Amino acid sequence: MSLIAFWGAVELGLVYAFVAVGVFLAFRVLDFPDLTVDGSFPLGAAVTAVLIIAGVNPWLAACVAMVAGAAAGIVTAMLNVRFKILNLLASILTMIALFSVNLRVMGKPNVALINADTMLSPFYGLGLRDFYVRPLFIGVLVVIAVIVVWRFLESDAGLAMRATGANARMARAQGVDTNRQIYLGMAISNALVAFGGALFAQTNGFADVTSGVGTIVVGLAAVIIGETLLGARGILIALIGCVLGSILYRIAIQLALSTDMLGLQASDLNFVTAALVTFALVLPRLRRGGAA
Amino acid sequence: MISVNNIEVIFGKGTPLQKQALNGVSLTIEQGSFVTVIGSNGAGKSTLLGVLAGDVLPSAGQVTIGKTDVTRKGTAARAGLVARVFQDPLTGSCGALSIEENLALAARRGEARGLASALGPKRREHFRERIGELNLGLENRMGDRMDLLSGGQRQAVSLVMATLAGSEVLLLDEHTAALDPGMAEFVMNLTQKIVSERKLTTMMVTHSMRQALDYGHRTIMLHGGEIVLDVAGDSRKELQVEDLIAMFRRIRGQTLDDDALLIG
Repeated sequence: MSLIAFWGAVELGLVYAFVAVGVFLAFRVLDFPDLTVDGSFPLGAAVTAVLIIAGVNPWLAACVAMVAGAAAGIVTAMLNVRFKILNLLASILTMIALFSVNLRVMGKPNVALINADTMLSPFYGLGLRDFYVRPLFIGVLVVIAVIVVWRFLESDAGLAMRATGANARMARAQGVDTNRQIYLGMAISNALVAFGGALFAQTNGFADVTSGVGTIVVGLAAVIIGETLLGARGILIALIGCVLGSILYRIAIQLALSTDMLGLQASDLNFVTAALVTFALVLPRLRRGGAA
Repeated sequence: MISVNNIEVIFGKGTPLQKQALNGVSLTIEQGSFVTVIGSNGAGKSTLLGVLAGDVLPSAGQVTIGKTDVTRKGTAARAGLVARVFQDPLTGSCGALSIEENLALAARRGEARGLASALGPKRREHFRERIGELNLGLENRMGDRMDLLSGGQRQAVSLVMATLAGSEVLLLDEHTAALDPGMAEFVMNLTQKIVSERKLTTMMVTHSMRQALDYGHRTIMLHGGEIVLDVAGDSRKELQVEDLIAMFRRIRGQTLDDDALLIG
């Protein structure tokens, strides 16, 4: 694997770290299996790309993408809370609908951002090579996001959200409006995922309607790899695990695909992903002795 | 003060399984009074507690806690008025959170929750002190996950949690039923101490007639969704467990077959 390929993998891992943290919020904190992310990731990319081409400031475009993602999360939450649709099914409905929404937003399946100003433009040409600039820049944003989410989850408000996912009956007895927590949590989760999509569009120079396929698996893979490596030792460690898991996942994929010996090609990506996630799930059992 | 006026609760209305759980129950519990509630399975004890807690909204009647009409308020909306300890130790606290996080959650019951850190140094110290009063050695395990504790320890912590924030009423839902006898006694003594120290208006549902007569100022017996016995003062002091059992037999018009009622 070349240096450029390695840092490319790190960069992509950092972009998807936002997805991983979002998935962590939904799956682990709220205990809400949310597939909306497969739609909110490309939604973030689409909104950002269209706005940047229209001449909007790329930072503002990313913020709008987050709002759009939050709205998608709220739709899923509403289907579940207000209309009592099973959480998994509610998120699938939103995800399917978002495919059409994303096509409407872009007006076509693919929007290119060649030569457009992005959040990264001011940092290119400062002396560092481009393939260092991107992971560094995104890395700083990831650190900020992790700190903000960590402080939130350890605040009074965050505690209410964690209790909602862990023991809703107890949370209500303590005066927590659990329905509101689900709305809030799904909004934050999908806003983070959409921000990941916005970064994806700006670093890769395009938004594509199909780029969301499998986002949930990648996010879950990152969460699970992180948990396998670092164990359950508090919120901050879990969040760092999400980021680490996301980066390691990308490096592992890159390694698998770039090793000629294995004879894998790009189209094997999904299989390799499934194998990796399975491995991460089985590993803790193997360690405890006995896979049975 | 709690005031319950002509409460009707019907489960499964309009279905073949329709059941009248509470049938025109009226009850007033004065400020600072400790009331115990007994009754066989299906008598309506849990439903009455649910009506006060907000889990069950009555189809008719009125519920007032303190000065607030809470008849149509859900559990979360009235949590500022109601402190509660559940029967199942796993329900009353959050196993995935640490002891001190559970306490922090309970300390803001019924209040707005902001973005300030849930565990500042001052709060930590306060929680440590309160848990230290239990003499269970838990004050050195404040960061441990709640699910590492035994059922009795969890109930003891739940009792502390119930008193961290102010409330108009304390509801105890057979909160010693899942514990071994030694731990049940410890939790009951702790309950007694907390209730009398803080002069809490308390309603305790119990399966044990012994408990019902030994603790509190007043005992109520429910049967078929109605109050069939309401004793306090001297007449209650003279009452024995045997008298209660005899009364049960008369009401039911049959031999007593519910073993749980005879325990302790």
